[in-house]
Amino acid sequence: MIELIIFVLMAAAALAGAVAVIRARNTVYAAMGLLGTLLAVAVLYVVQLAHMVAAVQVIVYAGAVMTLFLFVIMLVGVDRNEDTRETIPNQRRMTIGLLAVLLVVIGFVVVSGSFDWIPVVGTAADPQLTNGTVQRIAGELFTGWVLAFEATALLLTIAAVGAIALASTRRRRQES
Amino acid sequence: MDVVDVLFVIGRVLAVFVLLLVVTILNVWLERKILADMQNRVGPDRAGPWGILQTVADGLKLFFKEQITPRKVEYGLYVLAPFLAVIPAFLMFMVVPFGRPITIGGREVPLQGADLNIGLLFILAMSSIAVYAVVLAGWSSGSKYPLLGGVRATAQAISYEAAMGIAMVSVVMFSATTGPDGTLSLAAIVERQAGTYDMTIPFLQWADFIPRWNLWPQFVAFVIFLIAIVAETNRAPFDLVEAEQELVGGFHTEYSGMRFAMYFLAEYVNIFSMSAICATLFLGGWTGPTFDGQIPALFSALLPFVWFLIKTYAIIFLFFWIRATLPRMRYDQLMQLGWKRLIPGALIWLMVSTVVIAFRQFGPPWS
Repeated sequence: MIELIIFVLMAAAALAGAVAVIRARNTVYAAMGLLGTLLAVAVLYVVQLAHMVAAVQVIVYAGAVMTLFLFVIMLVGVDRNEDTRETIPNQRRMTIGLLAVLLVVIGFVVVSGSFDWIPVVGTAADPQLTNGTVQRIAGELFTGWVLAFEATALLLTIAAVGAIALASTRRRRQES
Repeated sequence: MDVVDVLFVIGRVLAVFVLLLVVTILNVWLERKILADMQNRVGPDRAGPWGILQTVADGLKLFFKEQITPRKVEYGLYVLAPFLAVIPAFLMFMVVPFGRPITIGGREVPLQGADLNIGLLFILAMSSIAVYAVVLAGWSSGSKYPLLGGVRATAQAISYEAAMGIAMVSVVMFSATTGPDGTLSLAAIVERQAGTYDMTIPFLQWADFIPRWNLWPQFVAFVIFLIAIVAETNRAPFDLVEAEQELVGGFHTEYSGMRFAMYFLAEYVNIFSMSAICATLFLGGWTGPTFDGQIPALFSALLPFVWFLIKTYAIIFLFFWIRATLPRMRYDQLMQLGWKRLIPGALIWLMVSTVVIAFRQFGPPWS
């Protein structure tokens, strides 16, 4: 019961945040809306006993990514009005079309799938309680998925090095 | 879980809240007194004995002061920002154990807000939420000085949080050598530092009083962590966020009355929490001799809390001492120290520590 209440509250908060992202006039408020959505989703993770995922969600998305967003917004300046011209031809019609496809797919899944509301009632001895712990995730990550893990690490390193290389060559060109 | 358990949880949370408020009142006074002593002044000495009620008087004054709201502020975020500073500051301390679990009426009560199995990640998460208080205050004040202070504070917090996190990782990895596996729970990290080293080398046996703190094997991580938490709490010599000569008051320039008091409260709560976390990770937290059976049980139960306070206040004293000693750093020096010294240093130490742990666990790779 408590889980249901928390879910409804947090889902509402996440949706409200999402609406704020597209409706807010000021970009900073849009960023705050996104932050609200991210935090609400983090609470949902906690309810599902995925504590590790919730913590990472807050540290990485709410902590690092959104702070960077805000930083950029503030430094670029929010006084300028946003450019609302639509650059892609038939943007609105395409959006409505894609939305219709999405709704059909969701409807199909809801109708044909067999959903049960499974409340998580866990005791300390319940194996479900350990679902999202660091030990479980690390165990999976470093045994079954170690190749994917290493490949992702390499990809991120390459991306970071590439960003630095791009920034430094541009600066050198400007100086000469 | 019955009603009594719920009451115990509420009691624990309230205890942590009251503890933080009381130590904040003490710490503000203590800092002013210590700074005054180091600078050959008298310091506050009017309110109460030795001026100990000075903070209460200041708090009451701020409470009744007018809250001036400048005309150009973004009102919603301007009001929200102080709360974002206070709430994470209090939440952060919730995962720190401040005493040995005690038994009341047959129930084991851990002296800790909550023992999360992601304790250290929770601390990092809260400190990254606290950054918003500064960013939003700086931006929503609609004034130049707060904006500059906010931008500085954000860059500083993000940079030093990285070094802090990496230093924490080495401690977590080291905890795998003293227990069944590595742990992020602060309660487990403390319990694994209990006891003293048993010296097997004959001529070192006199040294068997040395406690098994993480401080000795992880000394480099300790130094990096200490520097990072001083920067993270925006204290001197890293307090250029609120450099008075350049930025008036930094991000909270436009705040007054109770809203300013909330920032003040958050800063001092953060100092205490960060020192407590440092004591927990490296100085063994509440562990120490309790003389069970030799002295009344009540004293045995209280002694761990006393050890915890002594260790935490040792680090807090270091904070004040550094403030009285070192001049403020320049912004580029700060960034150089963070990115070119601390983060690479922490990474190298992490690798060294990993190799040593792997060597002890699995033996040399050629065997």
